[in-house]
Amino acid sequence: MSTEKGWGMRAFDWFEERLPIVSFIDHSVGSKYPAPKNLNYFWNFGSLAGLVLVIMIITGILLAMSYTPHVDHAFQSVERIMRDVNSGWLLRYMHANGASFFFIVVYIHIFRGKYYGSYKSPREVLWWLGIIIMLLMMATAFMGYVLPWGQMSFWGATVITNLFSAIPLIGDEIVTLLWGGFSVDNPTLNRFFALHYLLPFVLVGVVVLHIWALHIPGSNNPAGIDPAPQDKIPFHPYYTAKDMFGVGVFLLAYFTVVFWFPNAMGHTDNYIPANPLSTPAHIVPEWYFLPFYAILRSIDDKLTGVILMFGSILILFVLPWLDTSRVRSATFRPIYKVLFWIFLIDCVVLTWCGAQLPEGLPLILSRVGTFWYFFHFLVLLPVVGWIETPKPLPTSISTPVVPKPAE
Amino acid sequence: MADTAENQVVPTEDESRRDFLLHATVATGAVGVAVSMWPLINSMNPAADTLALSSVEASLAGLEEGQAITISWRGKPVFVRYRTAAEIEEARSERWQDMPDPQPDEERVQNDKYLIVIGVCTHLGCIPLGQKTTETRGDYGGYFCPCHGSHYDLSARIRRGPAPTNLEVPEYTFLSETNIRIG
Repeated sequence: MSTEKGWGMRAFDWFEERLPIVSFIDHSVGSKYPAPKNLNYFWNFGSLAGLVLVIMIITGILLAMSYTPHVDHAFQSVERIMRDVNSGWLLRYMHANGASFFFIVVYIHIFRGKYYGSYKSPREVLWWLGIIIMLLMMATAFMGYVLPWGQMSFWGATVITNLFSAIPLIGDEIVTLLWGGFSVDNPTLNRFFALHYLLPFVLVGVVVLHIWALHIPGSNNPAGIDPAPQDKIPFHPYYTAKDMFGVGVFLLAYFTVVFWFPNAMGHTDNYIPANPLSTPAHIVPEWYFLPFYAILRSIDDKLTGVILMFGSILILFVLPWLDTSRVRSATFRPIYKVLFWIFLIDCVVLTWCGAQLPEGLPLILSRVGTFWYFFHFLVLLPVVGWIETPKPLPTSISTPVVPKPAE
Repeated sequence: MADTAENQVVPTEDESRRDFLLHATVATGAVGVAVSMWPLINSMNPAADTLALSSVEASLAGLEEGQAITISWRGKPVFVRYRTAAEIEEARSERWQDMPDPQPDEERVQNDKYLIVIGVCTHLGCIPLGQKTTETRGDYGGYFCPCHGSHYDLSARIRRGPAPTNLEVPEYTFLSETNIRIG
């Protein structure tokens, strides 16, 4: 082989010497990032979340070009996007359902982390950044839902901003500050639009930190033990190819909903223009907020309900220390594995309760579910970590994959 | 791998079956991404309601000889000038073949009396002066663009200055003697 480089390679080297961005990407998600060889399909959801974020930003910027953030024009401008703007319906349905799929993907990503102990040392900061991403997503999704200025937009905004009125002494002043007036009105819509446009880019920044923090210890894996160097393979082409397959499956599911069931996860009342003088009979948040909404409504005291709702997310920050077991993967933790599935069911039950009227069986279930949610974190996880006898850990991640030949 | 001569798609020295699969996959993906970009980009083109407003009707009945009116069409001014007999004579007497954008006056009007052009300078889009009698009309009696000094004559042809072409004549029809539809 000749050592003489072509002009293309020489131009590339010239640029790389001055700004090594290609090697930076290669070290981040390319051939220079060694990943454990036993990652299963649950490890696809990080890259999928990144993909959805890009889809959301692109469709969002294009929607913003046709949207008017004014109480008199917002609803009409969204209807104009649906009827008159070229492919406007596609942009809006991709964006609205993209939010739902973002949460689907991220919730699976989080439960993956919970099952395989990805939050444990040395990945606590990585886990924190993930929670911050989720909080930013929630804020962004909430404000985005207000923008079409339908009935659910308006009353959702009213209810959620009123959560802050539960703060003692200064609650009312804070709510007035959030509104920029004495009710949810034009100033509120304006600032929500500004922040809804800003936060995704903040999100991108935190995602970069999240990936940075990931690369210090490297990816966790289904066995939850630190892989030896010979048990790692380059991210590219092995996991880029696997991620691309996941992208294909994801896009099939996503566009099935976008094309055939675009309003399945929405609420019909949001096709009624906002009316500040009349609240719809039954207001519910988007499905991804329902478990937290159920926790809020399970308590009869306003401040306690708000504290528990925010606490249900903030408690995740201390999860790495609440879980006292040093074994990461639930595969080797017989008791925790059962608790994990009970917790998952608990979250599903709370989601269902959040969509029901807060009375009768749903209220009882909300209370049981809320109790179990905090019981799981505050009592079960610390105690089980002490009393549980984990299964023997494999000496390397190759062991469970390739059985030892009989001697 | 079981790479044999039979199952190689492109049996040359440099390309293996695996390379072919890789290139085919990348090409398919690239085409897919490129095609999916189209509806996104096309969403920035004029929307249906914008296109629906792309023609206007106007009456010239109140217009006296020597007067001019400006009609708003697609967000741009359309100049309509009721030229006097002397002005028509002047527009037609000069040798149009020597002008920067050669065009006879007869080709630029449907009714000799009414000069109808888009009032946007073909240089960089300013609105030329000359619709009002109090405004300067440049050295050729038509229009003068104050931004960069383009002079247009009584047929709105460019005569001097940086503008490359004559003021554009929009598509229009006379619905009756004094009613027009532009667009």
